[in-house]
Amino acid sequence: MNKLRTTLLAAMSLIAANAAHAEMSGNVVKIGVLNDQSSLYTDLAGQGSVVAAQMAVEDFGGKVNGTAIEIVSADHQNKADVGSNAAREWLDVGGVDVIVDVPNSGVALAVNEIVKEKNKVFLISGAASSALTGEKCSPNTVHWTYDTWSLANGTGKAIVKTGGDSWYFITADYAFGHALEKDTAAVVESNGGKVLGAVRAPLNNADFSSFLLQAQSSGAKIVGLANAGADTTNAIKQAAEFGIVAGGQSLAGLLIFITDVHALGLPTAQGLIFTESFYWDNNDATRAFAKKFAERDGGIHPTMIHAGVYSAVTHYLKALAAVGADSDGKAVVDKMKELPTEDPLFGKGTIRADGRKIHDMYLFEVKKPEESKGPWDYYKLRATIPAAEAFRPLDKGGCPFVK
Amino acid sequence: MTELLGISPQALFGQLLIGLINGSFYALLSLGLAVIFGLLNIINFAHGALYMMGAFVGWYLLQYLGLGYWWALIISPVLVGLFGMVIEKTMLKRLHGLDHLYGLLLTFGLALIIQGLFRNQFGSSGQPYVIPKELAGGVNLGFMFLPLYRGWVIIASLVVCFATWYVIERTKLGSYLRAATENPALVQAFGINVPRLITLTYGFGVALAAFAGVMAAPIYQVNPTMGADLIIVVFAVVVIGGMGSIMGSIVTGFGLGVAEGLTKVFYPEASNTVIFVIMAIVLMIKPAGLFGRTA
Repeated sequence: MNKLRTTLLAAMSLIAANAAHAEMSGNVVKIGVLNDQSSLYTDLAGQGSVVAAQMAVEDFGGKVNGTAIEIVSADHQNKADVGSNAAREWLDVGGVDVIVDVPNSGVALAVNEIVKEKNKVFLISGAASSALTGEKCSPNTVHWTYDTWSLANGTGKAIVKTGGDSWYFITADYAFGHALEKDTAAVVESNGGKVLGAVRAPLNNADFSSFLLQAQSSGAKIVGLANAGADTTNAIKQAAEFGIVAGGQSLAGLLIFITDVHALGLPTAQGLIFTESFYWDNNDATRAFAKKFAERDGGIHPTMIHAGVYSAVTHYLKALAAVGADSDGKAVVDKMKELPTEDPLFGKGTIRADGRKIHDMYLFEVKKPEESKGPWDYYKLRATIPAAEAFRPLDKGGCPFVK
Repeated sequence: MTELLGISPQALFGQLLIGLINGSFYALLSLGLAVIFGLLNIINFAHGALYMMGAFVGWYLLQYLGLGYWWALIISPVLVGLFGMVIEKTMLKRLHGLDHLYGLLLTFGLALIIQGLFRNQFGSSGQPYVIPKELAGGVNLGFMFLPLYRGWVIIASLVVCFATWYVIERTKLGSYLRAATENPALVQAFGINVPRLITLTYGFGVALAAFAGVMAAPIYQVNPTMGADLIIVVFAVVVIGGMGSIMGSIVTGFGLGVAEGLTKVFYPEASNTVIFVIMAIVLMIKPAGLFGRTA
């Protein structure tokens, strides 16, 4: 009799537990971090993004409405097919509810379609192409950290206004590079500058000397680097070698991360001007985050991509808690757009109808070696670009479902 | 005549010179591969990883021991060469006489392990390495600004390449090496320690890779994937030149550097595939490679 009662009680509690969690598929909320974990974008995203997602989950309390949260990760190797396969597998059989990060716009554009088709959630931190909230926008996607338009707007405008009115681009030959070049060229031209030419360099190219010579002979005042990661650091390093800057031309790194500055070293990187949405040494909250983060990511200080992953996952969990079910990805994203965002790293903000997260952007300049107090003390703030001006106006993006 | 092939002759000369500089690295690396393949019959896929190690040893010497570029140019190849000999003694030796595939798989696995360990330790962004002050700056050649360091790269790699060619093809030591490849048992019967000869040869091939690594450090970021990115191209160079042909690898190394450089001007999007296109064409017309001896 006693035994029967215990069994019954156990069965009842099981049913009760099940009932309470029925809204969360598979009784777990699964976050998939998909990014480059073995090649040129590893330091600026990579395992650091997994750490950032874990920190967000821990700070949220580890559970949503009592349901456990699990994080999985995969390496897309910067290949759209590898990334698409991983995403499909996660969404079809892996029980993943939300895909996060995905640097490399080529891969992100592919994953964007898949997530929409499966009605899950896509939180972009690493990818830059402004098409993700423009003509390729999706009701299941939030583009969090930055995009090519905001970089072009911040850096391009600042440089043209200080006299850099003729440009030549060295562009990474894939979706991101093309978008960054297009957006920057538009800003340059609308501010009265002109674009003299562009050369498309393959992704993960080691030697830029040939492209730099072409830029040099164009006679443009500004050589715009529409690339990222190791491509940017190699180009900057070799530009110094070929006397580009000594010859009177200036470099504009359109997308530079703190890990790039760290890799270049201040003697080479000093004076670079660029736009970012996050710097770890901004205030007490970001410093505290950076300290905890660096301990867990081998001393690397968080890039804006890492910060974006933390912030995006935090807001996703808030929205998920409010909706209470993860089966309808679009409903969760709608809730994310409805709730104002607030977290220690990006402060207060909003998410627009087209999926664009809106916050301030910052124009930074790399310090001179003598101004820096030590490793990772690299940026000084030149200007804050207020949220209202930092991103492409809603009606200019051409997102089909925004009327 | 202001235009040649659609661009100014100045620009064209500049691009040719840059092609030669990149070709220097291809030549140095493919030379090491050719020596190893020619004498050991091993397809050394770890070559890129060892090149990367060479650069990292150079960086480490500077960062922690204060030993500059010129020291690194000597010490790094020696250390990495010794590391290579340990690999040969402990692992590759056991594959002697087996199909090429075994050596290829083993060295490929080693490359992945070495790269993984370095990435874990140093991250993927790489470490900075400055150009030695003796070679900083550059000269204006009229048609282009040539950084002194790049000039040095061409000269140093030409000297090393032709010295290696000379030793193997024109000296007594080289004749032992070549004989040991043809018929190890007979050469051993003449009292020559063939296993040691093979170990030393592998060590030398590896040292060439490390030498190239140190040469590359001031130009590229010292970065765990620097070898992986290069090795595939270098293999294509070896295939085009003819597996195991010393002179073939040197000439095709420089030649393909130039071909790639020109592609960067006329059709930059294809610059990372042009070498493979050339490889496909060469294999169709001359399957043994341009300088290969046997079909």
